[in-house]
This record gives sequence, structure tokens and C-alpha cells, in this order.
Amino acid sequence: MTVDQEIQKEQAVMQERRKRSMTQWAAFVLLGIGSLFGFFFLAFILYWVISQSASAISWEFLTAAPRDMARAGGIAPMIVGSIYITGGALLVAMPFALGSAIWLSEYAWKGWWLRAIRIGVNTLAGVPSIVFGLVGLGLFVFVFDFGVSLLAGMCTLAMLSLPILIRASEEALRSVPRSFREGALALGATRWYMIRTVVLPTAIPGILTGSVLGMARAIGETAPIMFTATAFMLSNPWPTSLFEKVATLPYHLFGLIKISQHYNETKAIQYGTVFVLMVVVTLLNLTAIIWRTRVRRKKAW
Amino acid sequence: MSVSMDELGPGLKIRMKNRNIDCYVFFTLALISLVALGVILYFIFAQAIPFVGKLKVVPEGMGAIVKWGQDYSHTRLWDLFSTRWSPASYKHQFFGMVPMIVATTVITLGAMALAIPFGLSAAVFVGEVGPRWLKDIFKTVLELLAAVPSIVYGFFGLIIIAPWVRESFDVVSGSNGLSAALILSIMALPTIASLAEDALHAVPNTYREASLALGATKWQTIWRTLIPAASSGVIGAGILGMGRAVGETMAVLLVAGNSAFLTWNIFRSMRPLTAGIALDMAESVHGSAHYHALFALGAMLLLIALVMNWTAEWFHVRLLRRQGIREG
Repeated sequence: MTVDQEIQKEQAVMQERRKRSMTQWAAFVLLGIGSLFGFFFLAFILYWVISQSASAISWEFLTAAPRDMARAGGIAPMIVGSIYITGGALLVAMPFALGSAIWLSEYAWKGWWLRAIRIGVNTLAGVPSIVFGLVGLGLFVFVFDFGVSLLAGMCTLAMLSLPILIRASEEALRSVPRSFREGALALGATRWYMIRTVVLPTAIPGILTGSVLGMARAIGETAPIMFTATAFMLSNPWPTSLFEKVATLPYHLFGLIKISQHYNETKAIQYGTVFVLMVVVTLLNLTAIIWRTRVRRKKAW
Repeated sequence: MSVSMDELGPGLKIRMKNRNIDCYVFFTLALISLVALGVILYFIFAQAIPFVGKLKVVPEGMGAIVKWGQDYSHTRLWDLFSTRWSPASYKHQFFGMVPMIVATTVITLGAMALAIPFGLSAAVFVGEVGPRWLKDIFKTVLELLAAVPSIVYGFFGLIIIAPWVRESFDVVSGSNGLSAALILSIMALPTIASLAEDALHAVPNTYREASLALGATKWQTIWRTLIPAASSGVIGAGILGMGRAVGETMAVLLVAGNSAFLTWNIFRSMRPLTAGIALDMAESVHGSAHYHALFALGAMLLLIALVMNWTAEWFHVRLLRRQGIREG
């Protein structure tokens, strides 16, 4: 091989390398721009909500009931109603969710039932929320005869948040090391005693974070409660009984946009409601995320 | 958001043969998800079936007269699949859900055409290219984005996106299929990005090392090795995101325009299945043909969503099998 040929070969290799690094560079820039979109949208939505709604927030807005066909006054009953309905849903769902998680993580035996219950949980997570609304209407409102009420809404939302809660609790239980269990069993504990005294106390922070996340998801849901629990502009907006309709934040917003005849006059209140809803959801989420990180960091195992 | 956990939990790796009373107590509680699922399937289909069973549809002129009766000889399931939805009038009622199925299809496909490329690029960039701290922030941001209530996205779409669409594309109204697709793509993005990132993360490190050792650049490793290796998971992520988009109600209800006419044009006002149910439920009389027709819409929606969910899960399980990785 002559020197010339060798130089040519060298140049070809260099060129190929340059081309490859150019391709890589271009690809990474494109990917970077693409991935910025998520951040961009979050920042934009937050900026938009805050900049538009800051003026709408006042003490009266947060503590008074709506007046004058929702053109004035506040949204306090909706805040309370939303907390009631999601809190109630959590209370209804949590015993079942925790029980399911304990069975799946601690007791399950391999075979048909385990597969069936896994499929059940996964499938339930994929059911559209409006379908939960339909089932809630058929089952809780008409068959159980709760009427369109806080109770029916709680039960519907409980069904909806069941898979989220089961998964979160199971994950928390699974993260308890096997050696903890073995230690308890070696000391002569029965399985239930071991779960009660060792596994559950260790998993509790994880379970609570999971339920806070589940609550954050449920509080913004509108479709499942719009036929089963909630209404726009009730004569008595404050929740008084389990068997009465309840005003909620997301449905109030929907009502202001779609039901109210005064779409343009309620602009400030619409933005204010969005702001409060976003603050509640984001706070719940951030609490759970920060708590989760702290618990993980504190873990000694 | 794992789809399946095949293995038994850590508590099970300790062998205990006897099943005591507590075992069965928790087993009973665990049956709740199956019970809930059974109740959902039963209610949706049991309420949808009377539409087929009890109605007597008599063709007349341009339309059909709907009469109540137990005469099963005149009922036709096919009426649900005609192209006109006009349930409100007393005499000539039409319950064709094809316009809504078409709207759901068009809007979902439009949303996916945007969300999948962006979601995937975000997953690749953050998981494989960017620094470690970016990944932590990114995961938190995705979690927060996923938690924004759909009604807030709908409001955002109504105030920001619909006017923008109207002006940029010079159409009569911004409340159309495209606005709904744009909003849905933003909503499906976190699901797709997060799951695709998980799938890429699950590819064993030996794949990366082998590819780099052969002299491939980082990009070649990603494009020729990692993405094919994670393809099942990535496809599963896309389908699951699609399932989310199909089932989304409030956001599309506010921006899609909700006209129930059959159209394939994404720039026209459309009414997807979910919006169809949400719009009419308040007006329908309990037990009427209209009421049962809405449950038939729900049944259709449920079928679409479940098929997508199961397909996504199938891909996910296949990925786990292929990589020999088990969760938990």
C-alpha cells in the first residue's frame, strides 16, 4: 500500500467520523428541543394561571359562598365540597386497597386467583373516568337509591381511585426488606403478627404518600361525579348531608364555562377557581413527592 | 406506572404452607377489584342491552320511528352503527354512533401524531443523553403535569389553544378536532414520556457497553440498539397514552365543538364518544331509549379502552420476558 492510499484511507475514516458526530449532534439537539416541550408547557400553564388569576384571589373569594348567579362572592363551599368528596372516597377505598395490597404482597399464592386479581387491578386502571360516572349513576344513584348525592359521588370516586391506591400500597409493602420479615418470623411471630408489627409500620409512610397522590388525582376528576354527585349553583351550596348534592371545584369551573349564562362576566371567578384547583392539586403532589424523597433518604436499608 | 407485577411479593418468598384465617380475610378484600370490574362490565352492558332488546325501530320515510315494545323481531343492533345521531326529538330518533367513533378516532390519532414523537424524544434525551439531575427534575415535572386536572387543560384549551387554532388555520371556529387533538397530546405526553423512559431504562447496561465497545457513537447506540431493544415497552407506552386520550372527557368536551355530524375533517367541530355521553346524560330521561343509547356509547368506549389497555400490557409483558427481567 502506498503512502497516498494510506492517507486517503485515513481521510475517509476521519470524514466518516465527522459525519457521525454531526449526525449525533443534530439528533441530540432535536431531542433536546423535543424534551423541552414538557417543561415549557408546565411553565407556560403555571405562568398563565398565576398571571391571570392573581387579581381574582381575595379573602372573600376564599371564604364566601357564590352570590348573584356566581358573578360575585367566593368559592368556599366548593373547596369544602371537593375535600369532603375526595376524603370520603379515600375513606371508602382505603380499607379495600390496603387489604388487596397486603394480600398481593404478603399472602398471595401463585396461580389463577393471583393472575385474575392482577388483571382486575390493571384493567380497572384503564377504564375511562366517564364510564365510572355511568356505573355510579346506574349503581349508586338508581339501584342503591342514594340519589344524586355526596355519598354516591364518594363511592364512584372510590372505585376510580382503587387501582391507584392498590398499586401505591403494594409498592410500599414490597419495599420493606425481606430480612425484616425473616427477623420477625425467627422470633416466633405468626405471619399476621409480623405484618402488623413490622411490615405495616415500616410501609406506612409509603402508603400515605400513595394515598395523597391518589387524592390529588381524584380531586380534579369531573367526569365521574358530574352525574352522580355534583351540581352547579345549588340553593344551599354548603354540604350538609351525605344524601344531598354537593358543589365541587372542578364542576363549578365547568358550570361557569358551560352552564352559566354569564360566561364573560365570570372571567375573574373562572381564573380564580382554576388557580385554587391547581394550587390544591400541586400542593398535594409536591407534599407527597417531597415526603417520598425524605423517607427514602432516611431509610437505613 | 408499572403494568404488571408477575412475581410474588417479598412476603411470599418466605414459604409458609398453612393458610390461616387472616389469609382468607385479605383474599376477600383483594377480590374487590375483580368485583368492581365485574360491576362495571355488568352495569354498562346490562344498561346498553335494553337499547337493542326493547326497542322497536320502524323505518319511515327519511328516518325511523322508535316505539317501545317487547317485540324483539324488529330490533336491530345495526341502528347503533348508522351515521346519524339525533336522539332528542320525540318521533324521529336516530342513535347512530358512527360520527362519535370517527371523531374519537380522528382526534386520538391526531393527538398521538404529536405526543408520541415528543414523548419519545423527551424519554431518550432525559434517560440517555442529559445529565442525571435533569432526569430527577424531569420525572417530577412529568408527575406534576400528569396530575393537572383535565378540566384545567380544557380551560387552557378553550382560552389559549382554540383561539390560536382559529387564527393560525383561518377556520370558522377554534372549537374543532384539531384543538382537542392538541390538548390531548399535551395530556398524553407525560404518560408516554414516563413509560418510554422506564422501558429504555430497563434495557440492560451490557447492551450499551457492547454497542459502544464496537465503536458505535452514542446516537447509533440509542437508535440501533436501545430503541429496538426497548421497542415493546415503547409501543406499549404509546398505546397506553392512546388509551388515556380515548377516555379523556372534560378537556375534549370544552374544546372539540361537539357537533354530532359525521366528518373526517379535523378542522370541523367534532363530538367524541366521551363528550357524547357527558353532553346528553343530563337531558336523557332515566330508562328511555336515549338513556340506554348513552350506555351503549359507554360500552363502545369501554371496549376500545380495554382493548388498548390489554394490548399495551401484552407488549409490556413481552418486553419483560424478552429481557428476562422481572419487576419487584
